[in-house]
Amino acid sequence: MFGPRKKSADEQPKLGFVARLRAQLNQGDSFLTRDVRELIPAGRPLDEELLEELETRLLLADCGVDATRHIIDALRKQARKERIVGADAALAALHKILTEMLEPVSVPLEVDATQHPFVVLVVGVNGTGKTTTIGKLAARFRAGGHSVMLAAADTFRAAAIEQLVAWGERNQVPVTAQAHGADPAAVAFDALEAARARGIEVLLVDTAGRLQTKQNLMEELKKVHRVLGKSGAGAPHEVLLVLDATSGQNALSQVELFNEAVPVTGLVLTKLDGTAKGGVIFALADRCGIPIRFVGVGEQAGDLGEFNAPEFVAALLGDAG
Amino acid sequence: MFENLTNRLSRVLDGLRGRGRLTEDDVRGALREVRMALLEADVALPVVKDFIERVRARATGAEVLQSLTPGQAVVGIVHRELVAILGAPVPFELRARPPAVVLLAGLQGAGKTTSAAKLARWIRDTQKKRVMLASTDVYRPAAIQQLEKLAAEIDVPFSAPQGAESALARAAAALEDARNHSIEVLIVDTAGRLAVDEAMMDEVAALHQRLEPAATLFVVDAMTGQDAARTARAFHERLPLTGVVLTKADGDARGGAALSVREVTGAPLLFLGVGERTGALEAFDPERLARRILGMGDIVGLVEAAQSAEIDQGAAADLAQRLKAGDGFTLADFRAQMQQMQKLGGIGALKDALPAKLAGKADLAGGDRTLRRLGGIIDSMTPAERRHPELIKASRKRRIAAGSGTTVQEVNRLLKQFAESRKMMKKLKGGGMARLMRGLGR
Repeated sequence: MFGPRKKSADEQPKLGFVARLRAQLNQGDSFLTRDVRELIPAGRPLDEELLEELETRLLLADCGVDATRHIIDALRKQARKERIVGADAALAALHKILTEMLEPVSVPLEVDATQHPFVVLVVGVNGTGKTTTIGKLAARFRAGGHSVMLAAADTFRAAAIEQLVAWGERNQVPVTAQAHGADPAAVAFDALEAARARGIEVLLVDTAGRLQTKQNLMEELKKVHRVLGKSGAGAPHEVLLVLDATSGQNALSQVELFNEAVPVTGLVLTKLDGTAKGGVIFALADRCGIPIRFVGVGEQAGDLGEFNAPEFVAALLGDAG
Repeated sequence: MFENLTNRLSRVLDGLRGRGRLTEDDVRGALREVRMALLEADVALPVVKDFIERVRARATGAEVLQSLTPGQAVVGIVHRELVAILGAPVPFELRARPPAVVLLAGLQGAGKTTSAAKLARWIRDTQKKRVMLASTDVYRPAAIQQLEKLAAEIDVPFSAPQGAESALARAAAALEDARNHSIEVLIVDTAGRLAVDEAMMDEVAALHQRLEPAATLFVVDAMTGQDAARTARAFHERLPLTGVVLTKADGDARGGAALSVREVTGAPLLFLGVGERTGALEAFDPERLARRILGMGDIVGLVEAAQSAEIDQGAAADLAQRLKAGDGFTLADFRAQMQQMQKLGGIGALKDALPAKLAGKADLAGGDRTLRRLGGIIDSMTPAERRHPELIKASRKRRIAAGSGTTVQEVNRLLKQFAESRKMMKKLKGGGMARLMRGLGR
């Protein structure tokens, strides 16, 4: 949703995605990073006091009560089994637990080349960054050698269409749009027909932000999904739910209720470049098991990376990974 | 999704009823539940810790000890403390030489642009002032267009300076525009920014310096998690915030962020965004927000209503007495229960009072109508029939149906439902009514 802007990042040497993710996650208040080593001096066993401190940090990262308890219990159990002494051992144990939680949902999005077009429906609550994510995805698929088209099915929000068109121009990909207030399902359907006629490989469908508790808006979304499906070939092939890393435990409700309306096949976690840590994904992984496809760490087109559990945990814990 | 605080505390504390005093362990257990409930509502951890200390002092007091339902008593304390911290509603008044500037700031996607339009409409309609909108978001594609369209929609002038390319230049031009058009209130939207983005924070600080706003509002998403406290503090350090707008409060987010932001900045909560339309802006109400954060809907209000004189406690006791004595539950009692239900505001009110999650599940839509029809049927019976429903045969049914404007089928359905309730009442015997009423509170 937010265009590239000149910022200090331009002057910095180009870092890899993981390095950037790590740099971003480590800024602001410390989470588990940096001072964990000071917290657990060499030779000090992992005792209740330290567990409590780690618990606090997990809660501050939005991991939520349940997932935090799960993680701390696992750590405690391990500490009993094999005496954990010192920072390195404690971090390694924590690293392992966190990675194991995320590994099952670390499944990258594969574009099925036999589907023409491969249809991605992008959904989410208001202001999580759906349109920006689509802009970044368009750049990403283009770079991967795919032909891409965008469909402006957010016909509600003022200037949402213009915003998507701007992203289309920036990435030099066609955008199908109708007037403000048009039926989003019709926009999606027409875009699919157009993409098919032009032999486009990937169609990204933008939708209006909607709170998951709004019955009528969720019905509208179901209709978009249904209409795309009617054109055959199993569309949409991917339903991406875009989540804001700054959001707290409500993300659980978002995933649950969106998934009830349209089967969500992948998640995107945006805005990890702020001070929010996005710890709610541990709770999500624990509870929903929906693959996490991408994470967004900035406003540049290149700031969207594939989600990878060990990398994410390494960035979170600030260790060598 | 999350168990509400009333449930949690009742489970921990209500078993202790009548013990005379709570041990330290009891209190600790209760406070642990309060802590969990607040964390699940996304209240920032440091704020939770302070809050727990405030509640601890009061939870050991006589109020809880003497209560028949210690769980409820603690809920009451927690609720009152929350209301106190959230603060009394502050009227939104702009005291400045016109044009008084309102500056909106916040993270990306918080809802600043939509809030700007809502606020413009609200100020124009309730304070009858000449309002102008201006955007300084030169970064997000089509952000300026978005506000321009919203301004047109609500028929408020929009400052569209020619050739002003930077945020600061647009702000200066808007101020000039406002002066030239004798505008009383100028609302300035800004680009979303991260508190850690130094360059962008410098920009908004410069905007503040240039515009000298009468109000600087922090716009925060009700769904925000722990980060709300950090971000609010960082913004407050660069901008003297004078108020807070909580957006997207029409969903099922508990909105604990509001408490965090209020505690960290001390700025009063002013408005809640409750929908996507430009009219969907509500003045802040501490009572309702506190209930929401606790995930209780308005259930506290409902319980209070049930416990207050509105519900005839005497009648309930009387019924319990007769049930104990072996006298049956009659249709007259059934009717009385319905009336009590209606005193509570009917099933519609019950739905409003329920946590959103539950209310969505329960099918209460036609409930009030059904209740009225059932009432009509019973009112069309003779006292003897109400006491002895077995008297009601075919011809009486026809008469009752005609008298209440219903059908024989509906009368049959009511009699069948009543027979079932009677069976249930026999099982509940004794504290049935009281238990049913308490069930409402859970």
